[in-house]
Amino acid sequence: MTTHNVTIPVEVGPVEIAQERRAPAPAQREVVFDIRDLAVNYGPTTAISGVTLEIYKNYITAMIGPSGCGKSTFIRCLNRMNDLVPGATIDGQVLYQGQDIYGDGVDPVEVRRRIGMVFQRANPFPKSIYDNVAWGPRVLGMKKDLDERVEKALTGAALWNEVKDRLKKSGLSLSGGQQQRLCIARAIAIEPDVLLLDEPASALDPIATTAIEELMHELKKEYTLVIVTHNMQQAARVADLTAFFSLEVTESKRTGVLVEYDSTDKIFTNPAEKRTEDYVTGRFG
Amino acid sequence: MSTLSPEFSLRPTGRLRRRRIVNKIMEGVGTLAALLAVAVLGLVIVSVAVRAAPAISLDFFTKPPNIFGGPGGGISSAIVGSILIVGMATALALPLGVLIAIYLTEFAPRAVAVPVQLVLDILNGLPTIVTGIFVYGILVIGHTQSAYAGAVALAIVMLPLVARAAQETLLLVPSALREGALALGVSRWRTVLGVILPTTLGGILTGGVLAMARAAGETAPLLFTSSIFNPAVSTDVSHALPNIPVLIFTYSEQPDQVLHEQAWGAALVLMAFVLVASLSAKALLARSQRKLGR
Amino acid sequence: MASIPSDYPVTHPRRGLGDRLGDHGLKAITLAAALAAVVLLGAIVWKVMELAWPAISYYGLSFLTSDTWDPVRKEFGALSFIYGTVISSFLALLIATPLAVAIALWLSELAPRGVRGVIGSLVEMLAAIPSVVLGLWGILVLGPYLSHTLEPWLHDHLGFLPIFGPPSSTGTGMFTAALILTIMVVPIVASICRELFLQVPSELEEGALALGATRWEMIRGVILPATRTGIAAAVILGLGRALGEAIAVTQVIGGGTKITRNIFGPSDTIASKIASSYQGAASGLEAASLLYLAAILLVIGLLTNFVAQIVVRRFDPLRGAR
Repeated sequence: MTTHNVTIPVEVGPVEIAQERRAPAPAQREVVFDIRDLAVNYGPTTAISGVTLEIYKNYITAMIGPSGCGKSTFIRCLNRMNDLVPGATIDGQVLYQGQDIYGDGVDPVEVRRRIGMVFQRANPFPKSIYDNVAWGPRVLGMKKDLDERVEKALTGAALWNEVKDRLKKSGLSLSGGQQQRLCIARAIAIEPDVLLLDEPASALDPIATTAIEELMHELKKEYTLVIVTHNMQQAARVADLTAFFSLEVTESKRTGVLVEYDSTDKIFTNPAEKRTEDYVTGRFG
Repeated sequence: MSTLSPEFSLRPTGRLRRRRIVNKIMEGVGTLAALLAVAVLGLVIVSVAVRAAPAISLDFFTKPPNIFGGPGGGISSAIVGSILIVGMATALALPLGVLIAIYLTEFAPRAVAVPVQLVLDILNGLPTIVTGIFVYGILVIGHTQSAYAGAVALAIVMLPLVARAAQETLLLVPSALREGALALGVSRWRTVLGVILPTTLGGILTGGVLAMARAAGETAPLLFTSSIFNPAVSTDVSHALPNIPVLIFTYSEQPDQVLHEQAWGAALVLMAFVLVASLSAKALLARSQRKLGR
Repeated sequence: MASIPSDYPVTHPRRGLGDRLGDHGLKAITLAAALAAVVLLGAIVWKVMELAWPAISYYGLSFLTSDTWDPVRKEFGALSFIYGTVISSFLALLIATPLAVAIALWLSELAPRGVRGVIGSLVEMLAAIPSVVLGLWGILVLGPYLSHTLEPWLHDHLGFLPIFGPPSSTGTGMFTAALILTIMVVPIVASICRELFLQVPSELEEGALALGATRWEMIRGVILPATRTGIAAAVILGLGRALGEAIAVTQVIGGGTKITRNIFGPSDTIASKIASSYQGAASGLEAASLLYLAAILLVIGLLTNFVAQIVVRRFDPLRGAR
């Protein structure tokens, strides 16, 4: 299996899609996730196979690719959410800061505390805004200074000013974009190290999407972000590193594989694989 | 490249261990509760089967109760009576329930459907002894008890069940089927009777069978309408007829060992009927769902 | 090329009289059926009240506050039975509700998938046992067993509480009746709750688990609060069942006419009193009093059912999330 050497240029080239982006120098890169030969089977079907890559701290890494190629399956492996799918088997290694999250004796509950997730459709609890954010910390035992914690989380999700006067109102009374930011606040309230975002803006209008994307730039200062997006332009706008997934079709199976993983600039301007080039130039997918 | 040296553990410690224990305890509680319910079911079934055994014989099914209350009698008259009463009740409740369901799903404007639905739900929860007294008031007072009155009382109990089952089946009919027929210019009534109803027959019959199973075991409605009867076999529905639930009830209140055995025997017959009815209802439902292409 | 003959009918033939009659006829018949149901409910209320009226006008509301039931002295009052109804139903729901919710949670969230269907069907079969059979089992099996084991144990260890007085010798009494009612109520509440829990959107469950909550914490923090109205409605429906049950209760409750704090003592509920005395009414006044009891039962039954339906229809915290 070819290992993907991430060649990251020190200088950002003249790409109009780029926003401010910092290229990680090799010596400064911290590996958060070290994924080796990850494969997921749902019963007889293989969803993804042979995925190997590293995720680096305080960067935004995007997973792109046509629908059904396993991007969501991949990201859900990182916080053991695939455990909840009956009949799912996971092979390979997912090392989080050096520890295999699928190792013996590891409790998925602890994994999920450190690796948070925001879902495609905003799913706030039918509780007040305050309780939505405070519930996680309460359950996990972080009961001190709860008010400050809630305010800090809502501020971090760029929602505090909009809701500070109506914390008691139901979380469901917010707009779609606000609900998604509430879910982000809920996730960061428990102080995870990583945030996984599974198509976080796909159900939102363009204005709300922009808000989320700007928020992600802020969030990466404190957290490591891994996002799945079916929108290439979003990946180009937001991500430092991009991984392109695609489907390998044989007569009997369709399997998701990692095709190429590199800095976003390289993926979009000078991809190494033809399949990547075909996808980003719109020739297929 | 550097990797952060682990200063934490992904294995449960301290507070998480306590939370895991609480989780495990709660799972245990749930399992225990479910097992308790199943155990009670098993206890009741086993009790009935074991204690009914001495009473079961050919005579039990073919002879009526002994007039003098001694041994040697059976429950043949009660079986006949129950069949007649429940049969008549079904004949009353099934068509009426189906008509109501058709109205609610095909014709009713919301303003009418909501109160009618509420009425049906309230009828469903009415104490059955009150139903019995009602029928007593309109059919028994001034005349005598009759199997017919008992059937009316049971029909009232069955009506909401049949209506709801028919409704659920009718709602399952894909609107494409309805619209297809109407688009061909077929009139409403022909669509309902010729297209919709045939596809829902299985579900409606299922509901009917389940309602019958429920009605067969109802005692309170019959206490006031068909409880004072001649123990001999009879098919005269204008008078009270012996029936299984009332027989079990009256025997259970007597301090007579033989009668108790017969009560257990009758209970076994009743539960067997309920079991067979439920299983055939499930089979009917599965068959009709296959026909609908599900 | 042939041309369309000029007399070819271009429009559809007008719908025949038969079709229009059929449509109106079907609508009329089904409407009549629906109205018949409404009329039926009204007729039940009216008739039962009419039957009870002689007693109501004789006693007035003092019937509800008198705890005497003496066929010899011809003095009757409903209070003992109201008390019996309230206590037996309360006891039954006290035991049944946590059991039913636990079973429903187990069936919808915790059980291994293979057994869910089987155990679920078995729990529903519990509801299919006819009440007279359950009552028979109560008199001849459960009652005697309780009077030799649980009741003496409770009396010996907790007898300082007046509710745990001397055990019944035959096993009949309020306690046995409450247990039988529990058996009847659990499957009803459990199956409604199971449906409720299954309807909670899986996104909400995933959201809670993704925060690092255990399964139980997710249940306690998301599922139970989201379904609390439905659970309340299910409990009220179960209450309606318990209040209205006449047969099984009368078989095991022992037929007492006095209010007693000892739950092992004989008692009676409104429904069970009617069932036990229907044939033996010695006087016209006693019969009239029983009919008054029936009217009270009707009112209670209507109220609980009505409240349950309102609760179900009105208050639903999940409304925004679905």
